[in-house]
Amino acid sequence: MSTTVLLIGGCALVTAAIKAVGPVALGGRELPERLTGVIALMAPALLAALVVTAALADADDWAVGADTAGVAAGGLVAWRTGSIIGCVVVAAAVTAAVRAIS
Amino acid sequence: MTVGPEQEQRDSSFAAGVRAGGPFAIAGLLLSVSFAVGAQEAGLSALAAVVFSAIVFAGSAQFAAVAIIAQGGTAGAAVVAAALVNSRFLPMGAALGPSLRGGAVSRAAQGQAVVDASWALASRDDGSFDRGLLFGSTAIMYVAWIAGTAAGAIWGDKLADPEALGLDALFPAFFLALLLTEMKSRRAVGVAGLGALIALALVPVAPAGVPVMVASVASLVGLRRTA
Repeated sequence: MSTTVLLIGGCALVTAAIKAVGPVALGGRELPERLTGVIALMAPALLAALVVTAALADADDWAVGADTAGVAAGGLVAWRTGSIIGCVVVAAAVTAAVRAIS
Repeated sequence: MTVGPEQEQRDSSFAAGVRAGGPFAIAGLLLSVSFAVGAQEAGLSALAAVVFSAIVFAGSAQFAAVAIIAQGGTAGAAVVAAALVNSRFLPMGAALGPSLRGGAVSRAAQGQAVVDASWALASRDDGSFDRGLLFGSTAIMYVAWIAGTAAGAIWGDKLADPEALGLDALFPAFFLALLLTEMKSRRAVGVAGLGALIALALVPVAPAGVPVMVASVASLVGLRRTA
């Protein structure tokens, strides 16, 4: 089998399996009230982790770069205007501008 | 379908989910264009890039897998990286589980609809999930994700240099915008800060993807009752 088939097939299988585990294991069951408070806070924890690992790190190292400035600028736009599209466009534009002048 | 009395929060319609997902779909479209460009630089054909997006549909895992291939890694290493990056779907799926109905196969299938943006949109303050928002927003994001990948696969070579255009900032900016919509309470802000610290602390010592999954333990702050 070619690398491409292994790559895409493998990624499809592990992704589908991982996405299925939680709903099957805990489906249709009422959770204790205290746990629902934990679940409601999972989104901020995971999203913040995704942001910092992408914007403040490269592979295994902490790294501040043009993309950090861009993401910060995009965040400012999202905070002030609530626009997601504005946020990502400004983030890319500022990152590109910082790279162009540095 | 039977709905218990404790389930009185009504789900939004599928169409409402599609509308709510619209802005995220457009942002995702830009993201998937940059994925297609990166995939072709890593040696994948245009068709392979589109098939990748159509059957995997997990942006961060796709970027991680293609980055490994581009660095000369094996398909096996790329699949492991994708699995680790996707490991956050374990706690996310567990959170969603009680809000889904049907048998095991049905719930496994419904779980496939989870992507970060739709999951966060559908997440209610009481810990339950709005299935209309989940399925509707995922549907529009899925269509956009494939369309963007196809556009990038066909016309991507017209883009000079994705890094020079700042396309690598799209992904974290997208999640930052999503994060800001979650900042409804001081507790949520605190948990976000804690999750960020945990993830950053683990970056130098854990393989990619693991820091994000472990950061979910910050949500255990929710065990403390609010006054």
